[in-house]
Amino acid sequence: MVKVDARGDACPLPVVKAKKAIAELNGAGEVEILVDNEIAVQNLTKMAQQKGLVYSAEKLAEREYSVRFTVGKAVPEREEKTEACAPDTRTDTVVVIASDQMGEGAEELGKTLLKAFVFSLTQQDKLPKTILLYNGGAYLTCEGSPMLEDLKALEAEGVEILTCGTCLNFYGLTEKLAVGGVTNMYVIAEKMLGAGNVVKP
Amino acid sequence: MPDGEKIVFCTGGGCTAKLGAGVLSRILEKLPRGEKDPNLLVGYDSRDDAAVYKITEDIALVQTVDFFPPMVDDPYTFGQIAAANALSDVYAMGGEVKTALNLVCFPESMDLNVLGEILCGGAEKVAEAGGILAGGHSIADTGVKYGLSVTGLVDPHHLYANDAGRPGDKLILTKALGVGLICTANRVGEAAPEHLAGAIQSMTTLNKTAAQISRKYAVHAATDVTGFSFLGHLHEMMGGKLACRVDARRVPVLLGAWEAADAFLYTAAGQRNRNHTGPFVRFENVPFAMEEILFDPQTSGGLLLAVAPQDADALEAELKEVGLPAAIVGKILEKEEKQPEITVIF
Repeated sequence: MVKVDARGDACPLPVVKAKKAIAELNGAGEVEILVDNEIAVQNLTKMAQQKGLVYSAEKLAEREYSVRFTVGKAVPEREEKTEACAPDTRTDTVVVIASDQMGEGAEELGKTLLKAFVFSLTQQDKLPKTILLYNGGAYLTCEGSPMLEDLKALEAEGVEILTCGTCLNFYGLTEKLAVGGVTNMYVIAEKMLGAGNVVKP
Repeated sequence: MPDGEKIVFCTGGGCTAKLGAGVLSRILEKLPRGEKDPNLLVGYDSRDDAAVYKITEDIALVQTVDFFPPMVDDPYTFGQIAAANALSDVYAMGGEVKTALNLVCFPESMDLNVLGEILCGGAEKVAEAGGILAGGHSIADTGVKYGLSVTGLVDPHHLYANDAGRPGDKLILTKALGVGLICTANRVGEAAPEHLAGAIQSMTTLNKTAAQISRKYAVHAATDVTGFSFLGHLHEMMGGKLACRVDARRVPVLLGAWEAADAFLYTAAGQRNRNHTGPFVRFENVPFAMEEILFDPQTSGGLLLAVAPQDADALEAELKEVGLPAAIVGKILEKEEKQPEITVIF
């Protein structure tokens, strides 16, 4: 990892130094910039957002902040830290789908409503960060689901789609999962606790 | 200091050196104000550009002060810009410049000829404004700073408050935006010379002509766009009781500003402006570089006028006729519940 100390530098010098260090990587790699004020952190993260770089920022001490950029294919080490002092453009909403129907009442209506709900998600300006599917919801990410295309479209927009593995096993759907990943109860609990909003149709 | 050694003159100044509005208002709110005087027509309650004190029914005093570190390397040019910027506050109130006093901070070790050039640039602008340079005050300091304390007169009946716009009024901006971004790009050696020249030409232009022309029309409110950026000053113009819609495609932008924003040459002051005013703004399809331009701190920026809709086209045309890059950039609306104060479309 390339380290750049830009403490004591006024804006836009931290950004200029970061750009130079990133260019000098000549490909994949990580760059860490140290700065001494939060405005510089915000200007560095604005650049990362515009360049489409994975970044994280944290406050190390009084007047000491670290901003890390991951360039190329390398996996970020601590992406979750992003919220520490950087504005995140994604929403922190988690959508929980716990059934193959929406609301209580006629089964046919409930299924139609849920399909419409997922389609409506694809039309929103601000997308959820994650969609969690468990119990009857597990059917929706598997072959034969009426909303596979919409879920795939959401996944393509960067929405994380996770289905409960225990549920897939229970319903004998393990081989049929067609969109998103498989998860466990620990992660489900963690995602829900860490969410800004949990939306349950 | 040995002769011939290059003076480190430009440290990133102009209105990018202004303290953030957020920090300031916290302190200003706590200051003791003394007894209310009905003759004080404009104080800092309305966050206006200058203080206005009524002397008689037809005459009020306009007082303002502004100074900052250099934003360009040439001392004479810096003097012109700092003076144009300080004089502008009088024009933003609808007044005429009468007298000005120099404010100077200058290192003892630096060549005094440099100070001479700064003061010369400033004095020329005061003369161009029709004012008298009547004195000044200087302090030995580690860095260079220059500006003016300006006194003007205004007829209280024709005073431009910054927040007296009305729903339906058109918003006219008389200078192009982007000087902060271009000067910052210049500081790191990334501004094209012609782009810097364009920014300097804009900053040394007095708002005198724009103000004179505007007085022929039904202008309800005015301010000058400086350190708090176009959106920051527009936010002050809304005064918590109005809303507006801005068409970003119509906003005049200096050549080179967009490139600087695309090169991520963001200023700290620009980000402070975003933090302070951003929550009042909704952007609809506005490219990020344009957002940065709208938050860009301006030094000696143009006037932002709220003018009656039937007068807007004629005022815009007359401003353009004298060579100003003026444009109708938006419209004032009624404030509505749950709607953003400022909507910017592209």
